[in-house]
Amino acid sequence: MLHAISLGIVLYGTWLLFSGIYTPLLMGLGAASCLAVVGIAHRMDVVDREGHPIHLGWRAITYWMWLTIEIVKANIDVARRILDPKLPIDPVMVTLEASQGSELGQVIYANSITLTPGTVSIRVSENTILVHAIATALADDLKSGAMDRRVTAMEGPGPRRLEDMG
Amino acid sequence: MQILLDIASWLLLIAGSSFALIGAVGLIRFPDVYSRMHASGITDTLGAGLILAGLMVQGGLTLVTVKLILIMVFLLYTSPTSTYALANAAYSRGPQPLLGKRESETPSPVTPENEPS
Repeated sequence: MLHAISLGIVLYGTWLLFSGIYTPLLMGLGAASCLAVVGIAHRMDVVDREGHPIHLGWRAITYWMWLTIEIVKANIDVARRILDPKLPIDPVMVTLEASQGSELGQVIYANSITLTPGTVSIRVSENTILVHAIATALADDLKSGAMDRRVTAMEGPGPRRLEDMG
Repeated sequence: MQILLDIASWLLLIAGSSFALIGAVGLIRFPDVYSRMHASGITDTLGAGLILAGLMVQGGLTLVTVKLILIMVFLLYTSPTSTYALANAAYSRGPQPLLGKRESETPSPVTPENEPS
């Protein structure tokens, strides 16, 4: 129920921001469509912790700020490699441990790896992620596990697997 | 004040375009599918991000800026997902990655496996 209310608020907020025309007719139509979408989403059984992860809260915001800095650093590193006449790359494949308890956490971790240029996650298995890195140095950064720990910390305590979420 | 905003916005736009261009250069210079994905990652993240930031400075505190922020958010969620789909498909059925050191003036010789199409 909490998730349904929050989804409705988010949807209506998005409607108001996108429309920019605040007449009773359009605001009423917006409210009606938001209600319809929440109803359909409820019937599809996707209004849960995974589809609408409000439980991440502020931890998600601080994580995004940290990730943005990492993305900028990685961008500069890879841009240097591209512009270097010698093209100093030594691609490697590494398998990383993913310590996240939930599938949502693993998706966040795998997507964060892909978002930082120079590393792309290729395959997500049970508790490991296969990663292709453009240089050994970038793979070693990931192996140190700093990003893994941050994602796990952001995910916080909670149901460990999708089946347990009820 | 307006001139300062214009300068800031132009600097961001030029920086973003440069990163997009660097990504394109990397796409040509890198040897195989997997390393090329890293180059396109630059265009996706910092290239698009800085261009959108430059446009936000032009937009000011209006609904336009809110929409630009949302475009950025959608981009940051969808681009790694599509890259993952591409990488996973390539690894399952396509050419295997070229690994190891390859420092050379020109990219590795074109063979049937890595021939650009």
